[in-house]
Amino acid sequence: MNQGANKVATGTTRVKRGLAEMLKGGVIMDVVNAEQALIAQEAGAVAVMALERVPADIRAHGGVARMADPAKVEEIIEAVSIPVMAKARIGHFVEAQVLQGLGVDYIDESEVLTPVDNNHHIDKWAFTTPFVCGARDLGEALRRIAEGAAMIRTKGEPGTGNVVEAVTHMRKMNNQIAKTICAGEDQIMALARDWAAPIDLLREIAAKGHLPVVNFAAGGIATPADAALMMQLGCDGIFVGSGIFKSGDPATRARAIVEATTFYENPQILAKVSRNLGEAMVGIEIDEIPAGQRMQERGW
Amino acid sequence: MIQAAGAEPTEVRTRTDLESVEALIIPGGESTTIGRLADLYDLIEPLRSRIESGLPALGTCAGMIFLASAVTEGTQPLLGVLDMVVERNAFGRQNESFECRLDVQGWDSPLQAVFIRAPLVDEISPDIEVLARHNGRPVLVGKEHILACAFHPELTDDLRLHKMLINLIQEQ
Repeated sequence: MNQGANKVATGTTRVKRGLAEMLKGGVIMDVVNAEQALIAQEAGAVAVMALERVPADIRAHGGVARMADPAKVEEIIEAVSIPVMAKARIGHFVEAQVLQGLGVDYIDESEVLTPVDNNHHIDKWAFTTPFVCGARDLGEALRRIAEGAAMIRTKGEPGTGNVVEAVTHMRKMNNQIAKTICAGEDQIMALARDWAAPIDLLREIAAKGHLPVVNFAAGGIATPADAALMMQLGCDGIFVGSGIFKSGDPATRARAIVEATTFYENPQILAKVSRNLGEAMVGIEIDEIPAGQRMQERGW
Repeated sequence: MIQAAGAEPTEVRTRTDLESVEALIIPGGESTTIGRLADLYDLIEPLRSRIESGLPALGTCAGMIFLASAVTEGTQPLLGVLDMVVERNAFGRQNESFECRLDVQGWDSPLQAVFIRAPLVDEISPDIEVLARHNGRPVLVGKEHILACAFHPELTDDLRLHKMLINLIQEQ
């Protein structure tokens, strides 16, 4: 036997990014307890996101939103066999340490919760557990990746049931990726300056033709057609927050969104799964959200 | 990656897709999700019968589970074309996921194997050949035209396993 054969390395970049690769084409659902987690797993979710309240309720209740109670996170971990993610506040590296200690599979440093640091995101390289972070454009995505994020999601506008911001962010990212690929070495520095993007990562995108990590869509996805729209726009998978458990029939809607995400290019299947889903969550116009209360503007 | 190994890739989501392929890779992912969707879209029987009648297949991680005949805990749709019992998430959660060098029977240099919330083979029929082990447990197995591994060859640049699958098409 080769001498180095049993030397194992945990928490490597490949291992962290690899888990997100395995979730591609799937749906990750927000859940607040074991019962919801089981409904999500049964519906075919590839992972669940544990949090205290779904974004729509956080928005409605106001106040400071924090990491979920560890007892709730453990309850959810016990209940399902699929990966469990959980949210920490932007910059709150101690909440992240707690979540890593609980054994969650991914930590979401999330603008849905109230940020604790206006200048710094978490140094994600310091953790074995991988992180996912939100982004509105390529510069923001690459800043998070440079801090160690192993997965990106569009921010959208969480808790609104309105997919317009997710579309805006995905289109902007796609445009900027296309621009990066077309740019010669003589133009890359100017792009790095304009977008506040780490230049090495821009060079990597120019060479490979895509982001170095998986990018899911999040923030306002409420229907199977919303999920398929984001997939056709080129995202790798879907996060559904309030859209499922704030709707009339969560189990049916959850199954429908999973099928729509798999068969996102098949209008017959999309029509079939979109039938008779009951009430979708009530949506919010983005313009009606008072200035300063848009979650997407948290973090930088 | 499949192109680099010398074949043309296509995605299989429906029975029609399945009819057009000469070999099949069942990749990593969540085996519960894969099983549920395959069941819902009536793919279980067609998959089983095509593989049993000689379609070369490679299952990685979740794909290995899907090819097996049973899992140690719970029930989920499985193809049962490899007579073995597989333990899901056998190493633990993501914090225990790892990569390491792995010696493969008949290969002149080790392979870098990435194990992510990986399964392990618990019981295995003697007619399945074990091609690699980690800590004594089988992690790469083969039987005739079927290959299964607990790790993710799709996450490295090593094409040797993909080439093994392509060679199986030519042997058929």
